[in-house]
Amino acid sequence: MIISNIEIIPGKRVVEHLGLVQGSTVRAKHVGKDIAAGFKNLFGGELGNYTELLQESREEAVQRMQEQAAAIGANAVINVRFSTSAITAGASEILAYGTAVVME
Amino acid sequence: MDVIIQLAVFLTLLCLGYVFGSRTEHKHYESIREREEQLRQLVVLTSRLPLAGQLNHEARLVSGNVVISVDFFKSVLASLRNLVGGNVNAYESLLDRARREAVLRLQAAAKEQGAEAVINLKFETSRVSGNASQGLGSVEVLAYGTAMIPR
Repeated sequence: MIISNIEIIPGKRVVEHLGLVQGSTVRAKHVGKDIAAGFKNLFGGELGNYTELLQESREEAVQRMQEQAAAIGANAVINVRFSTSAITAGASEILAYGTAVVME
Repeated sequence: MDVIIQLAVFLTLLCLGYVFGSRTEHKHYESIREREEQLRQLVVLTSRLPLAGQLNHEARLVSGNVVISVDFFKSVLASLRNLVGGNVNAYESLLDRARREAVLRLQAAAKEQGAEAVINLKFETSRVSGNASQGLGSVEVLAYGTAMIPR
C-alpha cells in the first residue's frame, strides 16, 4: 500500500476516492523511565527513550490507519498528516490521518 | 537554616544545569553542522509537487523525530524572561536544535532508501508533558515528508 503525504503520486492516477481514514494510539513510558527523564531535565540533552517511544507509536498509528484503509478497499492513502497531543502527564496521543483512494 | 540549604540546592542545580547544558548544546550544534554538511546533497523541499525530473519516481513516506529536554538553567532563565517579556533565547536555541536534528534524521532515513529528494516537508511540534507543572519540560519535533526514490 502506498502511504504518502503528497496529493499526486507520480505516474499513478486516482480512480476512486474513499474518504478519510485515521489511526491513533495513546502511549506512556513506565515510571522508572519518567524519573530518568526528570533527571535529564536538569542537564538538558536528548531523551532517547521518548524519541523511541514516539517513533514506535507513530508507526502503530500508521499501521492502524493502513488497516482501516485496507478494510474499505483502498490501495493507497494520500495526503497523510500527523498530529500529537499530550493527554495527561507522561502519556501522549498520536494521530495519523489521510485520504484513502484507489489507484490504478 | 532551611532557607540556606534550599538556596544551596537551587544554586548547585543551576550551576550543574549551566555547565552540562551548555556543553550538551555546544556538542549537539557541532554534530548538527557536521551532518548537515554531509547530507547537503539530499534536497528537502516544502513544495507539494514532484520536480520535473522525478515524475516517474516512487513516493514513500519518511520521517525523523527527536525529543530534546531543556536544562534547569534555561528554564530558570526563561521564567525570568517571562517577567519582562521579549525573546526567550534559551528556548529558541532548543527548538532550533530540535528542528534541525529532526530534518537530519529524516534525510538520513531517506538516504538509506536511496532517495533523490524529499518533498512536502511538514513539521509537527508538541511538548512532552513529563513535568507539566513547571513550564516547558521537553519538546518533541517530528519532520515528515515524501521521499522520491528512483525506480
